[in-house]
Amino acid sequence: MREVAIIAYHQTPMVRDAGAKNDVELVMEAVHGAKAQVGFKNTDIDFTCSGSCDYLGGAAFAFVGALDALGAVPPISESHVEMDAAWALYEAWIKIQTGHFDTALIYGFGKSSHGPMHEVLALQLDPYYTQPLWPDQISMAGLQARAMMDAGKLTEKQMAEVVAKSRKNAKANPNAQLKGDYTVEQLLAEPMLSSPLRKHDCPPITDGASALIIATREVAERVLAGTGKRPVYITGIDHRIESHQLGTRDLTSSMSTRIAGEQAGVSKGKVDIAELHAPFSHQEILLKEALGLDNSTVINPSGGPLAGNIFMSAGLDRIGAVATRIMNGEANRGVAHATSGACLQQNLVAVLEGK
Amino acid sequence: MANSPASAQHDDDVLRDGFELGFTYTRSVGPVIGAFLTGLRDGKIVGIKGSNGKVICPPTEYDPQTSEELSEIVNLPSTGTVKTWSWISQPHKKHILTQPFAWALIQIDGADTSLLHKVDAGSEANMKTGMKVKVRWADDRRGFITDIACFEPA
Repeated sequence: MREVAIIAYHQTPMVRDAGAKNDVELVMEAVHGAKAQVGFKNTDIDFTCSGSCDYLGGAAFAFVGALDALGAVPPISESHVEMDAAWALYEAWIKIQTGHFDTALIYGFGKSSHGPMHEVLALQLDPYYTQPLWPDQISMAGLQARAMMDAGKLTEKQMAEVVAKSRKNAKANPNAQLKGDYTVEQLLAEPMLSSPLRKHDCPPITDGASALIIATREVAERVLAGTGKRPVYITGIDHRIESHQLGTRDLTSSMSTRIAGEQAGVSKGKVDIAELHAPFSHQEILLKEALGLDNSTVINPSGGPLAGNIFMSAGLDRIGAVATRIMNGEANRGVAHATSGACLQQNLVAVLEGK
Repeated sequence: MANSPASAQHDDDVLRDGFELGFTYTRSVGPVIGAFLTGLRDGKIVGIKGSNGKVICPPTEYDPQTSEELSEIVNLPSTGTVKTWSWISQPHKKHILTQPFAWALIQIDGADTSLLHKVDAGSEANMKTGMKVKVRWADDRRGFITDIACFEPA
């Protein structure tokens, strides 16, 4: 295996509505921010891969428009996944493993303020048994939360604790959308949105974009020499998927996360920090269990997706958030998790280390 | 156009046809999903036997655990049990039901997996995990999942 390291990461502020800024402008800010950190020009990037959702743009191949942010000359080698950009990173990591490329730029973007998310996301569901009923992500997450409560694996108080911690941690994150001091009692006094979920148990609707650059050890060491930053090596990465039929899954556990975590080698060393892509509060508790993490690991120090959720980039942002802390020496070994689909259907786990 | 003075005068002369923006091809749903949707049209629910002998409803073409191709269709009743649920206090227009309802995973009697659908229970206080429900069939059934209008307390 070739050693691959993260050398730069930049995220735009996460906001409820980016106004007149379009996808291209959001991506430009993210991509140029990441390139500037390492002084990269377009010719320094061998491969580019992005993740986004064409349903958000409202047209097939909507993602092609965002390529305007990269510059047309010289021609680039490029790919896209209709998935969270964490999977674009996985594709780029494999491309580097093939030996054809030494560096890659990954970006993800989502402008969710355009339209009704409950209708947009329903379009992605199984077209025969599920989509014609128009269930939304919040209601489906509610099915999971109640199943966990009925199984004795979750209480409303635990959910509120996750939210209070997220918003407290987010106070130190200048890009966060939701932050502040809230008590569990205050949160539990809020009304239900889709019982058993309150509004704060659900991710905010966010506009934004992020970009990340990876490189082989040789390039990473050369580029970061003398900067005070260290390369963050991807020492394990794996992803797994479960059935798209909610009713055939055990919603109270995450088999795919557990297997991906085992394959990525989560338990092979101490985990200082973990960024978990849990868009709903109860999912943080479920993921923590699936990855075998205990209280010695700081979970979602950035605030996590409850503090800002760039749809299709929130998973890449987990990787970027862990990488930033390791790069700066605040942690040595961390776990980043990304998810896709209803009720944690598909999950990616990456182990990141500074050495 | 119909509202311009010129066309209004000659309305009878204009050839008209309905137009719906969409992909106008026909999808074949195959022998397994097809059996389920055809069953709904006829007011019946079917499942399929999985590799371990357990009954999957709604039926899947492949076993979710072993990926084995499945083919043994099993007839099931139109009653079941709510395994988990969430409450919608403000339905939106796509939901068809206009009054508050529950989304639920419903295990049809005789099946080992659950079906996602709506339960019209009147109020949240009437919903409970483990409650018995039965199908309320739609009046006009055309071989869609919406041939089940919703479930209601049995």
